[in-house]
Amino acid sequence: MDVFKTVKELIVEELSVDEGQVTMEAKFIDDLGADSLNMVELMMAIEKAFESFNIEISDEEAAEMTTVGDVVKYIKEKIE
Amino acid sequence: MKRLEKKIAVITGSARGIGYGIAEHFAAEGAVPIIIDIQQELIDAAIEDLKHDGYTAYGYVADVSDFDQVGNVIKQIIKDHERIDILINNAGITRDSLLLRMKEDDWDKVLQVNVKGTFNFTQKVSRYMLKQKSGVIINIASVIGLMGNAGQSNYAASKGGMIAFSKSIAKELSSRNIRVNSIAPGFIETEMTATLPEQVVKQYQESIPLKRMGSVKDVAKLCIFLASDEASYITGQTINVDGGLVM
Repeated sequence: MDVFKTVKELIVEELSVDEGQVTMEAKFIDDLGADSLNMVELMMAIEKAFESFNIEISDEEAAEMTTVGDVVKYIKEKIE
Repeated sequence: MKRLEKKIAVITGSARGIGYGIAEHFAAEGAVPIIIDIQQELIDAAIEDLKHDGYTAYGYVADVSDFDQVGNVIKQIIKDHERIDILINNAGITRDSLLLRMKEDDWDKVLQVNVKGTFNFTQKVSRYMLKQKSGVIINIASVIGLMGNAGQSNYAASKGGMIAFSKSIAKELSSRNIRVNSIAPGFIETEMTATLPEQVVKQYQESIPLKRMGSVKDVAKLCIFLASDEASYITGQTINVDGGLVM
């Protein structure tokens, strides 16, 4: 499955940004205008989207994910 | 235009007492009350009474202290009504006893229903309010949570807990236009207080500056104000409806 595509869709919906803004390098807070509540909502949405892989993102792990690439990499590692 | 026109209002513990009064007054202001209570028969009776007065209301059974049950009920409400505009955490119990004689279960039960129940509903409902970018949460605390009361240490702790919880959540959710306030009723005439001995009631009344007990209506009217746009700049507050008992 295309992890980046799925994550991008979730980010576009949760953060109300344009698809073009969501690059692997984009920073959630600086580039995509996310705040702490957005991040919690996004992580919950990701957990739900990848439910079948039983992904549970801890607060510590979430805190370390600052870019879209960080999240994509994290999910890929988990589902492989 | 009514003040709560078409607002979906989830009210816990609203088959009787203050909760029912809130549901009734909300319906009169155009809101759609969602009655939450622990017994189906009580809910049915409440809805029947509301229907009799020409109002539309819906009911769902839930034990507020049961995290998973609350989650399922909220999911069902969203399925049926699509949104939740107002949440009133009103369900509450007392298990009065002096500290030395208080059983562990008396402590646990009161905290489970009053505080954990409030947490359960607030957490589940806030998810949807975040998405809506609007919502009002009102927690029915008590003056006992502010002033304490001999024989009610468990209840006082739970109500004080609700007030502190409200303030924290008000801060967390403020950026999404969700307001959270507490109401601290004093001595209000309900089925719960009707069983008190006359002597006790008299004593209470003497200590109240306005020298009388409050009515359910007094609490409901404040609820309407806090839930309406008239209170759009008020969040994180605790407002007493107590005839001046606590100042």
